[in-house]
Formats: sequence, C-alpha cells, structure tokens
Amino acid sequence: MKEHFFELADRLARELHAGEVLLLNLSAEHSDFVRFNKGKVRQAGTVEQRALSVHLVRARRHAASTVSIAGNDDDLELARAALSRLRDALTDLPEDPWLLIAEQPRSTSSERRGALAPAEAVVEQAVAAAQGRDLVGFHAGGTIYSGFANSLGQRNWHEADSFNFDWSFHAAPGQAVKSSYAGFDWDRAAFAERIDASAAQLARLATAPRRLEPGEYRAYLAPHALEELIGLLCWGGFSARAHATRQSPLLRMANGNQLSPKVTLAENTAEGVAPGFQSEGFVKPANVTLIANGRLADALVSPRSAKEYGLATNAANGGESPESLDLAPGQLPPGDVLAALDTGLYISNFWYLNFSDRAAGRITGMTRFATFWVEGGRIAAPVDPMRFDDSIYRMLGENLLELTSSRELLFDPSTYEERSTSTARLPGALLRSLRLTL
Amino acid sequence: MRQDTIEPPRQSIDRGAMLTAITEGGSGYCATSDLSVSGLQAALDRATTWAEATSAKSVVRFDPQRMPAPRGEYASPGAASSGRSALHDLLAEECRRAKIDDRIVERYAALELVEDERVYLTNTGGEVGQQFRFTLPHASVTANQGVETQTRTLEHAQQGGLEQIERAGFVGCGERLADEALQLLAAPNCPSGRMDLLLMPDQMMLQIHESIGHPLELDRILGDERNYAGTSFVTPDMFGRYRYGSELLNVTYDPTLPHELASYAFDDDGTKAEKVWLIRDGILVAPLGGALSQARAGMPGTANARASGWNRPPIDRMANLNVEPGAASFSEMIASVRRGVLMRTNVSWSIDDSRNKFQFGCEWGELIEDGRRVGVVRNPNYRGVSATFWRSLRMVGNAETFEVHGTLYCGKGEPNQALHCGHAAPACVFSEVDIFGGAE
Repeated sequence: MKEHFFELADRLARELHAGEVLLLNLSAEHSDFVRFNKGKVRQAGTVEQRALSVHLVRARRHAASTVSIAGNDDDLELARAALSRLRDALTDLPEDPWLLIAEQPRSTSSERRGALAPAEAVVEQAVAAAQGRDLVGFHAGGTIYSGFANSLGQRNWHEADSFNFDWSFHAAPGQAVKSSYAGFDWDRAAFAERIDASAAQLARLATAPRRLEPGEYRAYLAPHALEELIGLLCWGGFSARAHATRQSPLLRMANGNQLSPKVTLAENTAEGVAPGFQSEGFVKPANVTLIANGRLADALVSPRSAKEYGLATNAANGGESPESLDLAPGQLPPGDVLAALDTGLYISNFWYLNFSDRAAGRITGMTRFATFWVEGGRIAAPVDPMRFDDSIYRMLGENLLELTSSRELLFDPSTYEERSTSTARLPGALLRSLRLTL
Repeated sequence: MRQDTIEPPRQSIDRGAMLTAITEGGSGYCATSDLSVSGLQAALDRATTWAEATSAKSVVRFDPQRMPAPRGEYASPGAASSGRSALHDLLAEECRRAKIDDRIVERYAALELVEDERVYLTNTGGEVGQQFRFTLPHASVTANQGVETQTRTLEHAQQGGLEQIERAGFVGCGERLADEALQLLAAPNCPSGRMDLLLMPDQMMLQIHESIGHPLELDRILGDERNYAGTSFVTPDMFGRYRYGSELLNVTYDPTLPHELASYAFDDDGTKAEKVWLIRDGILVAPLGGALSQARAGMPGTANARASGWNRPPIDRMANLNVEPGAASFSEMIASVRRGVLMRTNVSWSIDDSRNKFQFGCEWGELIEDGRRVGVVRNPNYRGVSATFWRSLRMVGNAETFEVHGTLYCGKGEPNQALHCGHAAPACVFSEVDIFGGAE
C-alpha cells in the first residue's frame, strides 16, 4: 500500500502544471468486523476501503477531491480525473487568505506490525467464552493505513496492525458490565483473563438494584466514565477557532474560571497511536499541554486557524480536537478507591453526554453499565441508570478530591467511516459531589 | 463560506460494493472499493468464508432458499444542480448580511449537494436501482457578549434539487439568524418549573427520533445494540396493547412523502417500502424492523433495513418516522397555554440507553403566559421519561403546522453507521413538563 501510494504521488507530481502544488492524503484499512448478541454471531464481515484525497493549490486558490481507489493500476486514472476536476474548480475561486500548507518537507514513517489472531479464531474464542452468559460485543481487527505526500517532496506514512474487542455482559434489564481488550498482539490467555474479570464484576449485579432519588452524591468516576466527560470537552474545548469565536465549552476558563489544580491535560501524540502528521503536511509535536494545573494552556491550532488568527500552528487536524488525550495521574492508589469513596456512587461508565448550557460548561448525561452504590467502602448494590446535570467547574473543579495514581490507556472503539486511532490515557476521579437530576 | 471567506470546496466520490454470501445457516459480507472482476470475486470468496465460519454460531439460521428477488426503481424529485458561481454568490450574500452587529462573532453558510446511487442485485434475479438527490443548505450565526454565547442555525434536510434552497427559506436567513442570536443574547434565562411545552416541528423531529424511533427499533428490542447504541424500554409483549401516548398520538413509518429524507421504494435488504402505522390513537401497534428482524422476532415490521454506505451492512434504522397532523391551529395552541414555553431548533440531546430518561435543549425559547407569547428566553431545556411523556400530549397541530424535517447523522451499529432519517410532524403541546434554563 505504501509503495503504491507514493508511486501515485510521484506520477501525479510529474503531471502538474507550472505553479501547481499537489497534496495527497490516503486513508485506508483492511478490517474484519464481527458483532455478537447473546453469545452468538450477529454479523461478520470484512471491509477493504481506500480513500485518496487529492488537494490542488495554485496561486493561493485551492480545492480538494476525495475518491475511492481500488489499490491497483486503475487508481492513476481516478486520481488524474480528480486532478482535472480540481483544475476546473479553481477557475471560479478567489484567493484564500487562510491557506497554509507545509512547505518545508518533513518525511516520517511509522509501521507497527502486530500479531493479530485470525478473526475466525477470535469468533471461536468469543463464542466459547460466552457459554452460559449473555455476551453482546464487537470485534474489529486489521491494518490501518494513513499517508501524506506532496509535490514538494514530503512523504509521511503510518501503518498499524491492531484490534479492539469491545463487549458487555448482561444480567437483568438495565444491568450490565462493559469491558474491552485492545492492542496490537492478540493473546488468548490475556483475553480469557479479561473475560473472567468482567464476569466476576457481573456477579456483583446479582443484588437487587438500589433506586436513588435526585440529589447530590459523592462519586468515583472510573477512567471510562471520565473519558466520556473529557471527550465532551473535546467538542471545541481545546480548539483555537472555538476559543476565538467564543464557542468553546471552556469559555469561562478564558474569563478567569479554573478547574482543580490537580487537572493537567495534554495532547500526547508521542504516546498515542494516531498518525503524527495531518492533512496539510504538518508534523505534530510530541506533546501539547491543553490544561496546566487547572488553567487553560495551549489550544490546538490548525494551519487554517493559524493564518486566520495570527497564531503558530501545532499541526492540529481541521477539527482541532485531540486524538491522544493524556490526563496526569493523581495520588489516590487504585486499591484505596472504595475506602476513599466510603459512601456514594462507583460509576464505571457514562453515556450520551451533552451540554445543558455549553457556554457555562454545564453537562448532562447518564450512568450506564456497572454503577454501584457503595457503603462503608464496600459495594452494596447496583444502581439503576441515573441522569446527572452538573458543571465541569464543579465536577473537575471545586468537587474534585483526587485522581488515581495509575491510569488506563483506552483505545477508542469508534468505527464511523473508518476505524478510529484515538486513545485516552486517564486516571479515575473521586468527586465530593455529583448532581443527579432524574 | 465563513466570515466572508470561501472555504476550499470539497468533492467526494465514494464508491464500492458489498457482497453478501448466505450458506446453509450462515451469512457473511465483504465490502471492497476494488470493483474489478477479480476484486469482486475476492470479496465474494471472503464473504463465503465468513458465512461458512459462522453457520453454526449465528443468532439466526440463515437460509439461502429465502433470498428475495425484488425488482424496481426509485428517483428523488428535483433537478440537478448547476452554476457554481451563483451558489458561491448566494452563500457570500447570506454570510455578509449576517454581520449586523459587532457582537456577531461567527457567520457560516454552506451548501451540500449529494447524489447517491444504490444498486441491489441478487443471484435470484433481483435488481433494484435507486437514485437519491439531496440539497442541504446549512447556516449558523453566533453572537457573544462576555461569557454568554448564543447561536442560531438553519438546517434543512430534504431530498430534492436546488428548489430546496427556496423551500428552506435560505435567502435572507443570514440577517434573520443574526437578529435572533442577538435577541437570545439579551433574553432572560428560561424559567424553571413544571409547565406546558409547545414544541415546534424542528424540535418534534428530535423528540420523535429519540423517544419513539429508537425505542421501536426491533434490533434494539432483540438486543443487538446493547453493547453500543443501547436497548429499549419497549418489549415484544407491549405491541397491540401498550398506551404509548395520549389518544391524540398517531405515528407512522412513511417512505412515501416525496421530499422526506428517507423516502425510498426498497430498503437495502430489498424489501418493498410501504406506509405502516406504528402507534394509532396512542396505542403501540408495530415496531420498526426489517425482514430479518421480523423473522427473528416473529413480528410484523417495516422496510427499514438500511446501510449508511457500501461498506456497512444493513441494520434496522428508523427511516421516515412521522407524527400525523391533528386538528388544532397554531393560534389555538398558543391560546390554550396559561404558562409555558415554546421551543424550536434542537441544540442538545441526551437520553438513556433504553431510550427512556431524556433531556433535550433548544436554541430558541419563547415564554407563553395567559395565551400570549410574551418574550424570548434563552437556554431552554426540558427533561422527562419517554414512557410517560407522550401521554402528556394534549394538543396536536393541524396540517398548516406540519413540516418535514430530518436528521443527517443518526449514529448506530457496530461497525458504526451514521445515517439520515426523516421526521415530519406538526407543532404539539405537552402538559406539565419539567422545564428549566441554563446555569447561573
């Protein structure tokens, strides 16, 4: 794939007219997908897709065309046709004052080979593990390819074999535990260990659920729950454009509000698995600090925002959202979480978060999967799904008591359009109070 | 067009094929962007391998003898688009005219033109060709003062050609949205309390989608989505007897409205699409489930097995889901409210995984007191429980209040699929709803 893409780039570059600059991006994958319900296979299949984006620049005018390619000799004609359409499109366009592309070539290459199990073998293991249990889940595995090339000689490549098996075990309606096994090298024993651990957690749901009234409760947010909360802040919270147009959900942080000094958040590209380059050819820095000790730090600045607002780009993608989140750990040993919580809610997952007042950082959402009522440092009963509605300045501000000292690396299981390469490395969070409303 | 600067135009040509193999007991698929004969053969071989590998492990026993052989075609209404320069000028004009005050901090106008051609073929002689055209105007204007920011948007989502620009009311929208964003900036916070709620059709769209559409999806009821999109508070025994809403509530799956987003002749499993009543006079009648789900559940359903594209397999989606018009005029509905809030244009949506406890927010609110609209309020939100909310429906607007809307990005499925759904509805009044405003 790599050689094919770079050869396409070489051949197209030779066909450019004077004054034209060409940028190519490739996003491709070969993935096996299997979904399960009630411990059996619901759908199984394979997807091979390759999207080539052709971006033509001439006299500060530019346009882009994305075409599906086949991975064979026909691709050159498809790319040439795209180039021809773009030449036509440029004739109608004015100069773009916010155009910024990488002009100093910085070539990079990252290839991570994994030891993936054949998907059929994963099916065998999953069906066997589900015996006597109600397993619902999804396995995605295969190779993801990302490439960038321009006519200035820059070449970037990112290729990784990876898998993500994301599943839940279900007990009574509304009571379930969620787990996942993701990485680069499939290990049958490690998978079985994860299955056993989530089955053990499922056993805790056997008790009759506790029904809570709306009100304020002490709460512990496990890393997956915290990921949902911080994930919502990524809807513009770290975007230079959103800050400049006053649409950030962290707007009040730009006007003096702070989170707890325990909160230090970064875009840690160096330790993530996402490509280290973006579509205009800029190579990402190893680390961008987004929040430092509770205060707003650097924003993610796309090349376009850099030109518009007179900033330096830090090679953010066009959406200016993080892909490799990293929240610094705290002091609470994971083994002490229940004791430190004492009496309150242990929340494994949140679900369907959104803003009740975006400008004020007020967020609502649901508990989902294993949520427990804890009394005297012991799990007492599962809790029916509850809605919270609270401010980020309370949850991760005045009410944040401590973060755990160890963190989990969470691989995003999302597969909209293509398999996600986003990750989040997060601790858990102990809150003095969480406001439940329904 | 953003801030009077044209964004670089983007074009996408996404093409590929999904081959599905059904063997004795099993089913598998392989999707590929390689449309050469060898590429398609390789995909079929892979799909067959999957079918054989899963034949004894599937949730349902697939039977190759039951392969349908549909034949037919469909084409969206409306003419093809033309004239790039004229469209650029239109967007530039709306963007420019939105700059009516220094507090306007962002102006955006865009047009998305989509042509989608789908061909469904079976080895039993089935052949369905469907051509869809979507013309999708978008606009948004944001105003800010201090720590308060308000946005008004125009989202018009229908099938059709350039006539949709006029149907959307796009011309003149820049100045109107800017004016409304400034009104919201100056407005008081929405009051809190239990009171009447008048939902306009563009928010009824979201209310129908989340708290009727998703709960009635048969694959959710069968448990397929419990690991991702969620389950449903609806169970199979409720059909035919459960009171979903007041007797004013009538809900249909209707693939026949010409401009609605998910109008079509066949779904992506080749089932012919026809109008079906799902809730009649408030009583739950039928679920939203395609042929496979119907066979698994032993229940009737609808032609709504749909795929977001060539690289995702069909699953149950809600397609067009509409509330049928009632008898009340808009003025009668306003006059009936002693104290309540009118809300339009969704901005926030959150609902639990069984689609019961919800909280929704809107861009625009108007306080109603003693039968009169008395002023704009900002950050209007409301919350409730699906299982009881629709029973509080006390007035349904007549055909004059009926509007066709839709959502472009309903997310569901593993692998994930974002897909468009149509929702047409009149304005409706609900009693004793928990309404509240933003943070202070």
